[in-house]
Amino acid sequence: MTRLETYLTGLAVDGLISVSSQLDASLHFDLTFAEVEAAILGLGLCPARYQRNRQTISCAGQLALLRSTVAVIGCGGLGGYVIEELARLGVGRIAAVDPDLFEEHNLNRQLLATQANLGEYKVRAAARRVGEINPAVALVPHRRSFSAENGRELLGGATVVVDALDNMKTRLELAAVCRELRIPLVHGAIAGWFGQVATQLPGDDISVYLSGAGVGGKGVESKLGNPSFTPAFVASLQVAEACKVILGQGDPISGRMLVCNLFEMEFEEIRL
Amino acid sequence: MQVTVKLFASFRAGRTPIEVCDYPVGTSVADVVADKGVPVAEIGIMLVNCRHVHLDRELSDGDLLAIFPLLGGG
Repeated sequence: MTRLETYLTGLAVDGLISVSSQLDASLHFDLTFAEVEAAILGLGLCPARYQRNRQTISCAGQLALLRSTVAVIGCGGLGGYVIEELARLGVGRIAAVDPDLFEEHNLNRQLLATQANLGEYKVRAAARRVGEINPAVALVPHRRSFSAENGRELLGGATVVVDALDNMKTRLELAAVCRELRIPLVHGAIAGWFGQVATQLPGDDISVYLSGAGVGGKGVESKLGNPSFTPAFVASLQVAEACKVILGQGDPISGRMLVCNLFEMEFEEIRL
Repeated sequence: MQVTVKLFASFRAGRTPIEVCDYPVGTSVADVVADKGVPVAEIGIMLVNCRHVHLDRELSDGDLLAIFPLLGGG
């Protein structure tokens, strides 16, 4: 057992290591908070912050989450909730991609938007929020739009990609780059009371779900807007999907799409 | 011939969600879309008997046509 491992084992109470002990260990051994977290989980111990994860996610699973990278494309309604939940879940690296600043019309639904940070870049606010929640998580901000041209670079090293975009054209480009790189993609989209979720695993192609029937198809969100609860709901389904894909457990929604109607509380599964 | 037309999400506003309709032989999905006043630009997936179809698909007696809007927001 290394000195660090002996130190951590001595600090464990009922298999848990508190945040303050984790911080002490990182200062004492000149390691990052994340490096200490990996050592804790490697010993089969659990950072106390994850104690309510334990019945759902094993220490080995928690370590897999810590070692994974999730690319979140879009940091608005869906992306804000996705980033928050990934950080609390303990995903070690989040690549956040969005060129925009917070504006007043984001306040009704975007978790990371506050009156105080109007005018701030969304990815910058995301980095600050993640740092406040969980210092084991590195948020890598990319203040740019995703495109077919920069996609390979932005998605490089990602374990899973989360589609939190706001337009169909870029969604189709994102899905194509994910197919090419064989990276699992969790798609989510919303409009008003309605949402949809589908996961594209390597070998799948979800582009038919993202294409309009007519020429120049336009999502109905421009008419319906988006209230606070729809992005929170769909983002949570997306994070559950990303979690399962990283852990290699459960059944992702591959080869099918869930269409959610929160107005009439109807859930439809489309299989193609 | 009779076709069951099922509309989803926002397409239900001001329309009947599920309806058995009489159409002449040769009616296409596009004809039904026009008859129901559903804006083509807002349509995402269309299914006939749970299979993905395009607007030019000709319908048969007893078909179930489902029309979903394109959701693009994030």
